[in-house]
Amino acid sequence: MATSLTERPTALPASAIRITQVKSRLKMLSGPLIGLVLLIAVMSFLSPVFLTTNNLINILVQVSYIGIMAAGATLIIILGGIDLSVSAVLGLSFMVVAVTYQNLGWPFWICIIVGLATGTGIGLLNGVLVAFGKVQAFIATLATMFAATGLSLYLTNGTPILGLPDWFLGLSQVRLLGVSLQVYLMIVVVIIAALWLKYRPAGRSLYAIGSNEEVARLSGIRVKLLQLRVYATAGFLAAVAGLVVGARLNAAQPSAGNSSDLLSVIAAVVIGGASLAGGVGSMWGTFVGLLIIGVLNNGLTLLNVSPHLQPVVIGAVIILAVLSDGRLLSIFRVRSRRQTA
Amino acid sequence: MSEANTARTLTGTALTKRYGGNAVLRAVDFSIAAGSVVGLIGENGAGKSTLSSIIAGIKRPDDGAMTIDDRPYAPASPIDALNSGVAIIHQEIKMIPELSVAENMFLGRLPVRRGRVATREMVADARAALADLGVTLDPRRPVAGLSTATQQEIEIARAIIRRPAFVIFDEPSASLGRHETERVLEQIDLLRSRGTGVVYISHRLDEVLRIADRVVCLRDGSKVGEWDARDIDREGMIRAMVGRDLARREAPPPPHGHEVVASVQDLSSSRFENITVELRRGEILGVSGLVGSGRTEIVRALAGADPFDSGEVLVEGAPVKIRSVPDAISAGIYMVPEDRKAQGLNLNRTSAENMALPWESRLVPSGFVTTRFLDRLKRRMASEVDIRGDLDRPVGLLSGGNQQKVLLAKWLVRIPKVLILDEPTRGVDVGAKEAIYEIIRALAARGVAVVVVSSELEEVLLLSHRVMVVAAGRQRAILTREEATPERVMQLCVS
Repeated sequence: MATSLTERPTALPASAIRITQVKSRLKMLSGPLIGLVLLIAVMSFLSPVFLTTNNLINILVQVSYIGIMAAGATLIIILGGIDLSVSAVLGLSFMVVAVTYQNLGWPFWICIIVGLATGTGIGLLNGVLVAFGKVQAFIATLATMFAATGLSLYLTNGTPILGLPDWFLGLSQVRLLGVSLQVYLMIVVVIIAALWLKYRPAGRSLYAIGSNEEVARLSGIRVKLLQLRVYATAGFLAAVAGLVVGARLNAAQPSAGNSSDLLSVIAAVVIGGASLAGGVGSMWGTFVGLLIIGVLNNGLTLLNVSPHLQPVVIGAVIILAVLSDGRLLSIFRVRSRRQTA
Repeated sequence: MSEANTARTLTGTALTKRYGGNAVLRAVDFSIAAGSVVGLIGENGAGKSTLSSIIAGIKRPDDGAMTIDDRPYAPASPIDALNSGVAIIHQEIKMIPELSVAENMFLGRLPVRRGRVATREMVADARAALADLGVTLDPRRPVAGLSTATQQEIEIARAIIRRPAFVIFDEPSASLGRHETERVLEQIDLLRSRGTGVVYISHRLDEVLRIADRVVCLRDGSKVGEWDARDIDREGMIRAMVGRDLARREAPPPPHGHEVVASVQDLSSSRFENITVELRRGEILGVSGLVGSGRTEIVRALAGADPFDSGEVLVEGAPVKIRSVPDAISAGIYMVPEDRKAQGLNLNRTSAENMALPWESRLVPSGFVTTRFLDRLKRRMASEVDIRGDLDRPVGLLSGGNQQKVLLAKWLVRIPKVLILDEPTRGVDVGAKEAIYEIIRALAARGVAVVVVSSELEEVLLLSHRVMVVAAGRQRAILTREEATPERVMQLCVS
C-alpha cells in the first residue's frame, strides 16, 4: 500500500527473534516441565526401582491410551469446548468391535472399522449438538457419555466378551526396540496433532475460536465445520484408545472406559497448561501433563501408597499446576512490572 | 431516595499520579463548581481517565489533595466518593441483561427489609429516578432488548439516584448516535439547572462546545489549557490537544471514473429493506444513520456476517452468493467490524497472529503456515500501516489507536475490492484518527471501493464522495459530497 507514513527500522535480527521465541515457549512450559523433572528426581530417590528402563517404559505403556484420548481432548479444550464422553466412547466403540465379531461373525478388520466409525459418529454427534444445536459442550457430551455407557452395558447385558482373534491380542505384546506398539501409536498421534495445531491453518485457528468465536467467524474461519471436525476427531481417537485397551485386557469389558480415565484425560490437558476457557494450551504441554500423571501413579504405587489416596495427590497437583502456570506467575509479573515501569 | 447533596465546589490541587517512574498526571489543578459543566478534552493517554478516576475514588493520587467546600476529600473507594456526593458514569455500560432495570440500578446495594429484597421500594425509587430524567420506562422489565441509548439513560439514572453534587460522564457518547447523544446532553442540561456540577469527557468536540461552560485540556498528563467555553473554538481545542494544527477539511482525491466494482440490488432482511447502491472503483461511500437505523446490519449482511432474505450482490458484473464471511472474502468484500474488542481482534493473541488469521488458509499455498510467512506478513503490514508497538505481544497491550491499525492491517493483507469500515475510528485518539483517514484515502486512490459507516457525521462528511442516509432500515437518499451538508443529512436521518 502507498501509505507508508514513516519508515520504521526493522526491530530485531531474525536470530534474536528466534531466541526470544524459544525462550517464551520454554517459559510457557516451564511450570509443568519443572514439576515433571522434580517428580522424577524425588521418585528415583525414594524408590530404587523407579529409574529402571523397564519401569519407565511401563509408565509410558500405562498412559498410552490416556495420551491418545488426551490429544483429542487438547484440541477440544483449546477450541473452548469440553468432551466428557471420551472414556464412555472408548468403552462403547470397542464393545461394538467385539459384538460384531463375536455375535455377528463379521471379519475382524471390518469390525474394527465399524468400531472406529462408532467412535467418530458419537464425536460427530457431539459436534452437531454443540455447533448447530447450540447445546453447551458440557451438557451435550454429558448426555452422550450417559448414552454411550448405557449402550455398551445393554449390548452385552453387562458381561465381558472374550475370544478375540489371537493376532489382535498379540499386538499388545509386540515390542520394537523394547517398547510396545501402543507407545509408538500414542507418540505418533501426539506428534501429528502437535504439528496440525502449529502449522495447519485449521489447527491454528482453534486458538482463535477458543479466544473469541465471533472474531474468528468474522475473520472468515468456518467455525462450525471445525467444531464438527474436532469433536469427530476426539471420538475417533477415543475409539483408537478403545482398541489399545481391548488388546491389552484380552476382552471387551463393559466397564472399560470408566470415569477415572476421563478425569485423567482432562487432568493431563489442564496440568499441561490449557485453560478450560479456551484459546490456550499446547500438545507438548498435554504430553508433559500426561507424564506427570503417569509418574505419579506409578511412583505412588511403588511407594506402597494406597491406591485410594493417589487421586488426592493428583488433585493437589492439578491445583499446583494451574497456580504455578497462570496465576502465581502473573501476580509476580504484574508486581515486577510495577516496580520497573 | 437520599437527601440532595448541597456541596458547592470540588477542587483538586497539584494532582499527580505515577506508575513506576512514569507520571501520567502531573500536578493538575482542577475544579468543578455546582451548576456548571466542565468539558474535559485530550487525546487518548492524555490523563483524562486517570483524573476522573481520582476524583471518583477509583484511583488515589500520589501527590496533591482534593477538597469539597474546603473540607478535605480523599475517597478511598468509589463508594466512599459516592457518600461524599461524587458519582461517575463509565464509558462502557455494564448491565446484566437478565436482571430488571431496577435491579441493575440498585446492583450492589439492593435495599433489604427483614432479610428480603424490598422490591416495591426499589422499583418505586428506580421509577422516580428515571422520571427525574424524563424517561418513561417500566423498571420491572429486564434490560435485555433495550437499546444502548436507553441503557445509557438507566446508567445515568443509577448514578443520580443518590443525588450526587458532582457527576463525571466518561465518554458517554462513544457508542451513541447523534440523536441519542443529544438526549444525554439534554439530561446534563437538566442536572446543571438543578445545581449539579458535571465533568463531561468526550472526543467529540462539538458536543463539548455545546454543553460545557468551561473547557479543560490535558496533554501528556499536564493541563495545557483552560478556557471559558465562549472563548474557544474547535480548531483551538484541537491545537491544544495535539499541539499542532491539523489540515482537516481536505477533500478526498476524486474517484476514477464511474467503473462499478460492486452493486447491491434490493437487499432486504428483517432489519432493513430494498437497499440498492453501486460501489464505484476508488470511491468512498459514507453511510450515515442513527443508532438502530439498520446501517450496521446492512453492511454486516453485505460482508456475510448476517444472513439476508432477498436481493442480489454483483461484483464486477457477476452475481455472487454471499451466505457466509468466507463467501464475502472470496468475492473480495472485507469488513472491519465496529467493535474492535468483541468482533475485531483476539486481544490475548499477538498482533501478528491477528493479522494472519483470515489469510492462513487462503494465502499459504503449501498449506503449512511457517514462521517465515508470519514474519514477512508482520513486517510488511507494520511498515504499510505504521503500527507502533511490539507486534509479537498480545494486541490488547497496544493503545486503542494502534489496535485499530492492527485491525485495519488485518484486512489489507490482501487488497480488497470492497472494504467496509464500521466505526473505523471509535475510541481512537486524534493523531491515530488522522492516520486512519490517510489510509482510507490512499486505499480509495488505489481503486478500492470503500464503505465508511460512522455515527460521527463529521467523519462521514469529511471522507465520503457520496453519502447514503439510512433511517428505520430504509435508504432515504444517496447524496453527493456537495449535497451532503450536515443539516441535510441530519434531517434525513430523523425523517
